[in-house]
Amino acid sequence: MKLSKAQYDEIAQFLAQVQPTRQSLRQLKDKFPSQSQSTLLSIFSQEYQKQVKRTHAKHHTAEAVETYYQRYLNGVMKNAAAPVLLELANEVDFAPSLMARIVLERFLQEQEHAVPSKTLINSMLRDPSQIPDGVLANQVYQCTVNDCCYGPLVDCIKHFINNSSCSLCIAEDQLRAKGYDKTPDFILEVPVAVEGHIIHWIESKASFGDESSHQAYLQDQFWSYWNRFGPGLVIYWYGFIEELDCHRERGILLKDCFPTDIVTLRHSMAQH
Amino acid sequence: MSCHSTPLWKQVVLSGTEKLQSWVDFNITISCIILWISCFESLENHVHEKLVSLSLLQKDFVPFLLNFLREQTSQILTNGPSTPAKTPNSKAHGNQRTGSEKRAGHTSGSSSSRVQLFSERTSVTPSAPPPRRGRRRGGSSVGAAGRHLEEDGKGESPASWSAGRRKRSEVPLVPAASPPSQLNLNNLEEFPPMGAASGWTNKPSRRINPTPVSAERPLSKPKMCFTSTPVSQAPAARFPSGTSLEAFTAIQEGNIASVVGSSLQEEREMLKKERYHLRGCASLPAESLPVTCANPAKVSCKKQLECLAQLYSSCIAENLVPNIFLELFFVLQLLTSKGSSAEDEENASRKQHFRNVHNCVYFAVQVLDYQIISRLEKGTLKLLAENERIASFSPTLHERLRQAYESSTAKVSLLLPCSVQSVSFQPETDNRSNFPTDRAFHIFKKQRDIFYELLREWEDNHEKTGWDFERSGSRIVGAELSRFAFTAPYSSCLLKMCKGPIGGGTSWGDTPDQDVLNMLGPDNLSRLKRLQERFVVPQSIGGPCPPPSFTGCQQFFRDFILSAGSYQFNQHLVDSLCLKILELDGLTLIEHVHSDGEADMDEQDEKKRFTVVLLSLRLLAKFLGFLVFLPYRSMEQPTRDLLESAVALRNKPALDVLKLLRQSIRDRRAVLTIPWIVEFLSLVDHIAPFLDYYRKVFYTLPHLLRGRLMVLSEEKEMSFLNKLLILAVLGWLFQVSVSCVSEDSVPLVDQQLLYTCCPYLGELRKLLASFVAGSGTKNGGFIRKITPTAAESLAPKPSATQRKLQAELEQAFFHNQPPSLRRTVEFVAERVGSNCVKHIKATLVAELVQRAEVMLQDRVKEVDANHDKLLEEACAQLYEEGAQALIRGREFCKKKGPEAVRVLLPEETSAAVLNSAEDIAVELATEKACGWLSANIAALIKREVKATFNRMLKVPGPPQPSEDAQELRRACPPGCQHRAPLPSQVINEIKDVLCVAVGPRDEGEVIDYDWLESLLGRLRQTLRCRKFMCPTSEQQLAKCTVELASLLVSGGVPLRRSPASPGRSAERRRAPGGLVARLLSLWKEDFGAPVPVRLLLSGRNVAYAARAQRPQWDLFLFMLRGLVEHDLMGINEIVNCLHNLKELPWPSDFLKELEGLSGAFVSEHGAAAAPPAARSEPPRPVPGALAAQS
Repeated sequence: MKLSKAQYDEIAQFLAQVQPTRQSLRQLKDKFPSQSQSTLLSIFSQEYQKQVKRTHAKHHTAEAVETYYQRYLNGVMKNAAAPVLLELANEVDFAPSLMARIVLERFLQEQEHAVPSKTLINSMLRDPSQIPDGVLANQVYQCTVNDCCYGPLVDCIKHFINNSSCSLCIAEDQLRAKGYDKTPDFILEVPVAVEGHIIHWIESKASFGDESSHQAYLQDQFWSYWNRFGPGLVIYWYGFIEELDCHRERGILLKDCFPTDIVTLRHSMAQH
Repeated sequence: MSCHSTPLWKQVVLSGTEKLQSWVDFNITISCIILWISCFESLENHVHEKLVSLSLLQKDFVPFLLNFLREQTSQILTNGPSTPAKTPNSKAHGNQRTGSEKRAGHTSGSSSSRVQLFSERTSVTPSAPPPRRGRRRGGSSVGAAGRHLEEDGKGESPASWSAGRRKRSEVPLVPAASPPSQLNLNNLEEFPPMGAASGWTNKPSRRINPTPVSAERPLSKPKMCFTSTPVSQAPAARFPSGTSLEAFTAIQEGNIASVVGSSLQEEREMLKKERYHLRGCASLPAESLPVTCANPAKVSCKKQLECLAQLYSSCIAENLVPNIFLELFFVLQLLTSKGSSAEDEENASRKQHFRNVHNCVYFAVQVLDYQIISRLEKGTLKLLAENERIASFSPTLHERLRQAYESSTAKVSLLLPCSVQSVSFQPETDNRSNFPTDRAFHIFKKQRDIFYELLREWEDNHEKTGWDFERSGSRIVGAELSRFAFTAPYSSCLLKMCKGPIGGGTSWGDTPDQDVLNMLGPDNLSRLKRLQERFVVPQSIGGPCPPPSFTGCQQFFRDFILSAGSYQFNQHLVDSLCLKILELDGLTLIEHVHSDGEADMDEQDEKKRFTVVLLSLRLLAKFLGFLVFLPYRSMEQPTRDLLESAVALRNKPALDVLKLLRQSIRDRRAVLTIPWIVEFLSLVDHIAPFLDYYRKVFYTLPHLLRGRLMVLSEEKEMSFLNKLLILAVLGWLFQVSVSCVSEDSVPLVDQQLLYTCCPYLGELRKLLASFVAGSGTKNGGFIRKITPTAAESLAPKPSATQRKLQAELEQAFFHNQPPSLRRTVEFVAERVGSNCVKHIKATLVAELVQRAEVMLQDRVKEVDANHDKLLEEACAQLYEEGAQALIRGREFCKKKGPEAVRVLLPEETSAAVLNSAEDIAVELATEKACGWLSANIAALIKREVKATFNRMLKVPGPPQPSEDAQELRRACPPGCQHRAPLPSQVINEIKDVLCVAVGPRDEGEVIDYDWLESLLGRLRQTLRCRKFMCPTSEQQLAKCTVELASLLVSGGVPLRRSPASPGRSAERRRAPGGLVARLLSLWKEDFGAPVPVRLLLSGRNVAYAARAQRPQWDLFLFMLRGLVEHDLMGINEIVNCLHNLKELPWPSDFLKELEGLSGAFVSEHGAAAAPPAARSEPPRPVPGALAAQS
């Protein structure tokens, strides 16, 4: 789904005022019924991520962590079934999954008297049944499942999206093995033409292509791919701002879905 | 001046063609005169006796003729820039300007001509010392400010030429010491400062001056041909006192006899008078003149004009003029002149033969009639053929042009796009293992990115004012450009982007706008391009001698070098350019011995290869020249000290061009080498030409060009267009080379290449086009159709768009592959194509010939058989079958191509690449073979049949080519369309369900049963299509479904039935069971990844039931049974889990229910269960569970 810059700005403005919850998403859908849910979700997610990036440090100070942990403990003491952690996250304007992580980390620290490893925490976030405390496990799960921007489920969805590609491709890890320095998600060994434009590579982005992220991607990735492999295709699965698709002639094509108008190298003569 | 008191040229000048006419009375034919003019050796035996004695003057004749023509036409020529070889009287005698010069004055300011074709006679200067007689001094002669190259004492003829570089400075030229130099260093138009617009804005005046010959060597080779001198000042003024005299003396030596000097002086005076006279009537601003209708009936002095034309044409044809294109341009100028048609009686009486348009056109048409213009490219021919003046003045020429146009295939586009292309990453050279350290690798990576970033920035901005490349460029300097490795991408990128026409030629903005193209549809691309040419081209008549310049994207590469300013980088680049040049220059381009049949085919390939190599070489050489001479380039004339030290020190050339040049001439491949050497030399700095080394080079070029090999009218040793190319580039470099080189007889150059290398030749066409545009007459032209006459295709061709896209795809395909792949494919295509033809000859043709033999054998016996007719009939029957050749050829290529490709490409080549490479090879081979076959099969059959018929011999029969080639394809499940819902979508929806189930949920928030059911159905589809699935994601998905199951059996999911569905109580009770059953079968049948079903019995998941107000224990039990039935968990495993669960701290009543569940399960599966329980009891509801249900 392609949005004009104006449409995008309107959505972004609305999102500045809401929490990253299911409910907010529903409001968003009601307000912008013409946009697809996935696009809205992605914009939501990215706008929220921008916000989180801005406030991330604030939530990770020792005092903040301590405050959150104490509030969590107090909360579950009163009512273990209540969505304590989730509400806390919403209250302080922080992503529930990240809040769950902070509290889980703090909890494990207290239990084991050592800073827990990242792997352990990630694993527990993915599978809360590993968390020694049942109440915390439920709280954490509630947070991750309710978070529409962060968390293992969101990661998984993104991964799926990125995985949806074609069979002509050489995957990134293979390319790296060959010694390529910068590698798009997929290189087409045999180039194809999409909408009349030749492409050599495909980069899949499980996100909405907004201005700031697109500029960053261009700088860090897309132009570098172009410099090495020639023109290519970027798929923003959750759509993008139409105005950003201005480099077609120069060899960077934007799409919001897997292209259908693909012409492959075929020789009419050879087929006879 | 000996014998005849009046030199011939004097006669010409004095009395115009009347004297020439008088030659006819002498019984001296024009060809005789030509022979006389052109004989450099002692040929007196063959020359008319009356001319022998005049041999001293032969060289002076051509300059005078040319000058005479320029002089005569000066007033009438207003279209386009004036061509060199036209000038007012000697500057030494009052700086007067011709009318045209005055007109141009406002733009130029400087009256220096780009090139003085013939040297200004220095003897006219008052300050000139008396010339000495005797042999000139050797190579040490210093100070030839007249830029005469003295021969260096080897007794060879001196070469003379003018070329060189000059800087934009109106400052008087102040060489502190002027050593011998042939370069016109101060000529702005000729060598403008780098980056200056290449447009020809001023109209400098031209003059050809005779160079007198010293009298004491009457029979020796001429010592001086034509040299050039800037004419802006009296020669003496150019030399600072002190040095000037000495310098000046040198040039006089052996060169100019005072006698000659004075007689020349006389001529000048006369000319001057003549011109004064002309100026009286030539002051009308000619641009405003309407195009006059030229009328053949109004031509006066026809005879003289004809005579002049014949003489002039012969000079051109015999290659006696310095630059044939200059002369052609001049003639076309005459043809298209718009000047007055007024008869001027006074003028007529003053021997002004070109006083009106009619005469000019008449002369031009006469000259054209002798010329080789039929070899020009199609566009020019068309314009000529459409030219009304030609049609009315000479119907025969018109007809010839028309025929030439119709038969011409030499279509040349003056406008070709060039675009940014990336240089692909090649693991063999670009990956980490090629760099000593991580740091070096990192820097290289960074440079590549910065380089392209700069390129894009330049592309966007270079046409905007105020944009500073330096500022942006400084970044790349910061990025440590010294890495040797970076030169490789730089030069590859250079080659890719700039090799186009005009040496990277068209400016960036010239590429057709994509939007416009889309609008018009790409089928109209060629039409658009031509339209564009029509609009753009006539407006920019630049004249046939543009200065060397960097155009289009070449500017970027030049600016890059300049603003990077890295010594290391430059050095590396020089090295790599030299290497590449040597490699390309040494390529063997002609390797075959033409066998009969495929000659055409191979020739085509050679031409193509040659073009690529030649263009690459020229580009590389240009940049090499730029780099090599860059450090010495300056705006000012070098001081004498500087010059002397430079001459002493700078003698090691970066690239031994002299050796290469000599080699190329020896090996007869000058057609490849000279064009790039010219590019290289066109960028020399002020001093370089004085260095011994380059002096030799500059000497060698024109010297080697002497002789009759290059004469265009004789197509013996060397192909016509080859000669033309060499002539054109050298003519451009020197503007003064008399006759040219020898070279390969193989016709390697075609019109497109010629025009690509020498874009200034397009000026001829532009001039004609502008005439059409300006004349305002019915400029329809007889050849209106703009659609290209495409060659008939072999097979129904796809649309132009598709073909274009396919071609682009093919290029793109090779782009990121190692270059060897392309070479392999092209090689295979070439060989297979060639073999295919041989094969067809050996099989099909042989077969047909055999049949013909049978046919003929019977008929031959017939009495009165007309053999020719028989042959014709037999062949006619066979031609139809000959069409089979294409089918068989195609089959052959299809079979052999892939085989060869497979053998030649590395084993490790991936299947996709291999397939594409095979396809392309087959395609190319087929094209080549079938192209040739379709054109030649009939002729081939005829020839063979005829031969057989004559000999009646037998030939063996053919085998049949068979077919094969199959492709294997893989798909996920059989018949899968990959249309399943995307995993991301499904998991997103499941997440939503979990969200609602886990809470917090809104008031009255429920999940629709049917929707959930369909979601599980979609999940099944998703799981069955493996296309987008990967293990980790599938695990996550499995975990979600387990979670969902736990929530379902604990009653945590607020399910709602749709109102429509029947609400039977039994059904309602079983409803969640249905969902659980679906999940069980999904786990069993559809998941590829292990499903963590144990989590169902983990404390955390069972806790859902504990928290639920109404845990659905029978459903739980149902699920446990299902796990066993589906073989997802063993009975013991479940029992153990249940046992462990009971250890956890549950509320007491929940623990009781849990025990009830456990008991029920154990009793069902009693036999296997470890804890004692009733065996083989029929399944029954768990008490607790039942209680909880209600």
